[in-house]
Amino acid sequence: MRRLMFTAQLAFTLLVAAFLIVPALLSMLAGVTANYFRGIRSGLTLQWVAQVWELYADTIMRSFMIALATLAATLLIGVPAAYALYVRGGRLARTVEEIVTLPLAIPGLALALALLLTYGGFSDFRRSWLFILVGHVIFTLPFMVRSVIAVFAAIDVRTLDEGAASLGASPWRRFRDVIVPNARPGILAGALMVVTLSLGEFNLTWMLHTPLTKTLPVGLADSYASMRLEVASAYTLVFFVMIIPLLVAMQVFAGWGAPRPAR
Amino acid sequence: MSGIDAAANHGVRVRVEACAKTFADGTRALESVTLDIARGETVVLLGPSGCGKTTMLRIIAGLEEADAGGRVLFNDADVTALPIERRNVGMVFQSYALFPNMNVADNIGYGLKIRGVGAAERKARVADLVALTGIEGLEHRRIEQLSGGQRQRVALARAVAVRPSALLLDEPLTALDAALRERLRHELNRLLRMLGVTTIYVTHDQAEAMALGDRIVVMRSGAIAQTGTPREIYFAPQNRFVAEFIGAANIVEAQCAGGALDLPGGRLPVANGTTAANGPVVAMIRPESIAVTAPDGARLTGHVDRVSFIGDRQRLTVGGAAARPLLVDAPNSISIKTGDRVGLAIEPAAIRLLPEEPP
Repeated sequence: MRRLMFTAQLAFTLLVAAFLIVPALLSMLAGVTANYFRGIRSGLTLQWVAQVWELYADTIMRSFMIALATLAATLLIGVPAAYALYVRGGRLARTVEEIVTLPLAIPGLALALALLLTYGGFSDFRRSWLFILVGHVIFTLPFMVRSVIAVFAAIDVRTLDEGAASLGASPWRRFRDVIVPNARPGILAGALMVVTLSLGEFNLTWMLHTPLTKTLPVGLADSYASMRLEVASAYTLVFFVMIIPLLVAMQVFAGWGAPRPAR
Repeated sequence: MSGIDAAANHGVRVRVEACAKTFADGTRALESVTLDIARGETVVLLGPSGCGKTTMLRIIAGLEEADAGGRVLFNDADVTALPIERRNVGMVFQSYALFPNMNVADNIGYGLKIRGVGAAERKARVADLVALTGIEGLEHRRIEQLSGGQRQRVALARAVAVRPSALLLDEPLTALDAALRERLRHELNRLLRMLGVTTIYVTHDQAEAMALGDRIVVMRSGAIAQTGTPREIYFAPQNRFVAEFIGAANIVEAQCAGGALDLPGGRLPVANGTTAANGPVVAMIRPESIAVTAPDGARLTGHVDRVSFIGDRQRLTVGGAAARPLLVDAPNSISIKTGDRVGLAIEPAAIRLLPEEPP
């Protein structure tokens, strides 16, 4: 009886998993099929992948550039901000933290609209990739700040800060010598999340991009709308190949960086 | 050797002047308090949790700002406006606050590194401190590989490495188990005597306070209840709170007439001069200053309600002598059992009259 239950549960789990995984596999398969409408019988090919590279290599490069720039910005802003918010504490800090987190609750389209309304008139800025960068930073910053604050709480960073201060260290020395090294797991987790989110971001970017500043997901939408299905599928394949190692790394670091007790 | 040159630096005189602390949420942690600490003196701030002792230490350290009007002076220099990193104090935290990203030697040497001491000199000083605190062989260990007692020693070594103007310790032994606590208390005592630096030590443990303090400051609800040497605090408490907080005490409420207390079990003479006034009084009598005698002819008698054998002595609870049962320490050699009638002898000098306090 127990065995039967187990088998039934396993079958159900596999079924659900298959329901979710099969479309992804089919989509990737379509990207290497010579003719999707004739199916696998038409043969496998890399020509669609090659075509994607030819047509969209610049969007892929741009996406990585924006993701790395976003990462740099969230590190520079987010880690010191988390330090200030957590160590100073108080009501003001909590309010600021809420404001920083707000973009999570607001639809990307609304954020983009606000940016367009406010800065759309600065045409050089509007036309450059920096415009998209600003959107990405606003959207990903809460993930960095939250992730770093979580690790601060776990290692009781306030006491470490006081300990370093008692030995004569200035705020900057404390931040550099004690805070950042001990918060590294949280910073890493936040960094991977920021890069992943930035690479895959569509809502905001779709509103903010120009034909010359397309990113990878925008290119994907573009190819779905205007190209053969095989090309769009090959594009998905390229996207997967790039994003999956990042997701795996994120999981690995999350386990590996589980904060050690501070005492 | 650092033991010697650290001993040459006895630190500063510390004055806390009219320091009060009200937290942002309106909690009053410290009433306006003034306290002078001599150079090289070890002062223990003692009191139950929430009495303001840690807040006072943090104000001295520079981790909290006193309310407007309060001042902290090191020798004659006003350090009120200086943050902790510019006060040159050494601090040991209850949780030690050791840096997990550095090994033992780097933790101890961190304050020296901040002060720009060269690598060679730093190494020599760290070696001295490692020897002084008895943690040889652990220099290259990571913090998470250390036991509680070892962490405590590293924290202390790190705090004194910088030759602080004042050494501040916030419940440094509380995180340890009882046996280790006792051993480290002796070690700490030896080390503090040797360093001779101005030390302010916060604890809620009266045994620690007695053993370590040149002077004890007993605190209650954000105010100083009494300041004095351990002996003064123990034998001459100025109020009921101090009497009951330090050691075991019998608090006897009685009428005083003709130089003696009127008790249900007899009349108990008090020392000349300690009682000019007749009327209701509150007296404190320590259990060890009550002697058990034969009931016949005794001034004060009662009956034994309970006998607890402690080992080096036995503690009796004697009813019928005063309004409330008296705790009496009897030698472990006498044979006594529940229900026995006993006489109690108390030296008049051992009876301390306390001021009546509003409840």
